[in-house]
Amino acid sequence: MPEIDLGTTPLRALNEALHKLRPDTNERHWIIGHPAGRHAIAAGLDVPITVEINGPVGYYCAGMNKLATVLIRGSAGTGVAENMVSGFVHVAGDASQSAGATGRGGLLRIDGNASSRCGISMKGIDIVVKGSVGHFSAFMAQAGNLVVFGDAGDALGDSIYEARLFVRGNIKSLGADCIEKPMRDEHKHALHEVLDRAGLNGQIDPSEFKRYGSARKLYNFHVDNAGAY
Amino acid sequence: MCGIVGLFLKDPALEPELGKLTEGMLATLSDRGPDSAGFAIYGEAKKNKTKLTLRAKTGAEMKATADRVAQALSDASIDLHDTHAVVSVEDRSVPRLLEWLAAEAPSIDVVGRGKRMTLFKEVGRPEKVAERFRLAGMRGTHAIGHTRMATESAVTTDGAHPYSTGKDQCLVHNGSLSNHNNIRRTLRREGFDFETENDTEVAAGYLSWKMREGLSLGDALKVSLDDLDGFYTFVVGTENGFGVLRDGIACKPAIMAETDRYVAFGSEYRALAGLPGIEDARVWEPEPSTVYFWER
Repeated sequence: MPEIDLGTTPLRALNEALHKLRPDTNERHWIIGHPAGRHAIAAGLDVPITVEINGPVGYYCAGMNKLATVLIRGSAGTGVAENMVSGFVHVAGDASQSAGATGRGGLLRIDGNASSRCGISMKGIDIVVKGSVGHFSAFMAQAGNLVVFGDAGDALGDSIYEARLFVRGNIKSLGADCIEKPMRDEHKHALHEVLDRAGLNGQIDPSEFKRYGSARKLYNFHVDNAGAY
Repeated sequence: MCGIVGLFLKDPALEPELGKLTEGMLATLSDRGPDSAGFAIYGEAKKNKTKLTLRAKTGAEMKATADRVAQALSDASIDLHDTHAVVSVEDRSVPRLLEWLAAEAPSIDVVGRGKRMTLFKEVGRPEKVAERFRLAGMRGTHAIGHTRMATESAVTTDGAHPYSTGKDQCLVHNGSLSNHNNIRRTLRREGFDFETENDTEVAAGYLSWKMREGLSLGDALKVSLDDLDGFYTFVVGTENGFGVLRDGIACKPAIMAETDRYVAFGSEYRALAGLPGIEDARVWEPEPSTVYFWER
C-alpha cells in the first residue's frame, strides 16, 4: 500500500506514478498525506484503485476521474471531481465552487456544504450533498441527479435541461425555466437508488425531498422568452 | 488572477510573528500573482504621532531623501526599508512634512498614512518583495497583502496593491472592474486625483468619496455593490481590523479561517495551510454581497 507524503514528494511525481498504473496493478490502495490545499491531486485517474487523501485539497482534485475511488478527509477547493466519467469521489468536509462540474458519470458525495455552481453543466454524474449548496447550482444541468439534504441558494437549476434535482430543505430561488415537479414513486425509487450507491441507504427518507426540473420552455428560441435567455 | 491574504490576530502572543506569518501566506500565493506584491501592516500606535510611508524610485533616492527629511524635521524618526521609508512625526508636523515633500522632494510618493498603518509595494515576485522590505521582522495586530497578476493596467509599482483609501485604511482587490473609467470621471469631478489607469485605485477612491459623504466604511462597501460593475473580492484594512466583500456572483475565490487566536483570509486554502492550528480552525467561504468585519 503506497503511502505518499506531499510534504516531501513533489505533486507531479505522485500524479505521474498514478497515471502510469495499469488496470491489473497490485498497488490498489494509495494513501496521501499533507495535501495542504495543493491543486489537481489525483486528477486524471483511469484505473480502479482507491486513493485516500488525509487533509484539505485545492482545485480540481480527482478531476476527469475514471473508475477510481478517491476519498478526501478534509475540504476540497474549486472543481472537485470536475468532468468525472465514472468512479466515486467522497469529500468528508466542504467543497468549494463548481463541485462535479460537467461530470458525465460516477458519483460525487460531499458530507459538508458545497459552494456556488455545484453541478454546473452536469451531464450524467450523480452528486449527493449532505449539507447545502450555494447559488447557481445545477446551472444548465443536462443529465444526472443532484441530491441536497439541506438548502439551495439563488437561481437553482437556471436554464436546466434534463437533470433531476432533489432538495430536502429550502430553495432561495429557482432559476429560469426550473420548476418544482411532482415526486412520484418512480422518482423516490430513483432517489433511493442514488442514496444507496452513495452509502447513505436508510439514513434519510426519500419522501422528504422535493423534485425540481426543467419546464422545457427555453429549449427552442421563442421571442416571448427573450428576457429569460 | 491575483491573490489576496489577510491576517487579523486575536491573540497578542502572536503579534511578534505577524510579519513572518504574512510573508508565508504571500509567498504561497506567488503562483496567483507573480508581477508585483504589496502589504499593509498595522503596528503599534504612538501617542500624538503619525506614520507616513514614503516611496522612492530607488533605495538610494530613499536613503538620500530620508537624510534630508531628518534635517528638515527635528521630530521625525525614520525607518528605512529599501525603496520605502516609514517617517514617524508629531501629528501637528504632518502638514509641514507634506509641504516639505511637495516642495523639496516631488518625486517621492506618500503611499500610506495613519496612526498604525505602514504600507509597502513593489514590482517583483512576492517572496522577493517581502524579503526586500524585511516583512518577516515586522510585528503588529493585523496585515493585508496582495500578489498581482496584471490585467487592467501595466506592471508598475503604481499598479501594485494595496491602495490607501484614507488614514489607516487600504484596499486590495482580486478581480476586474468594467466601469472604472466612468467612475474615475465622476470622482475627478469630485476633486479626486488619480495616479494610474488602474481599476483598484478607482475602487479605493470610490470608498474614500463615500466616506467623505458621511458613510461608514461598511456602508460604503454596501453601496459599492450597486455602483461598481465587474467581478471582485475586496479586502479592506482599517485601524482596528479588516473587512471582506465579494460581488454578487462571487466567482473570485475567497476562503476564511477562524480560531481562538486569529481570523485569516486567503484567495485559496493553500495560503492558510501554514498557519498555526489551521487543522482545527473553522474554515468557510464568505457569502456573496455580504460585508464582513473583524475588529478589536
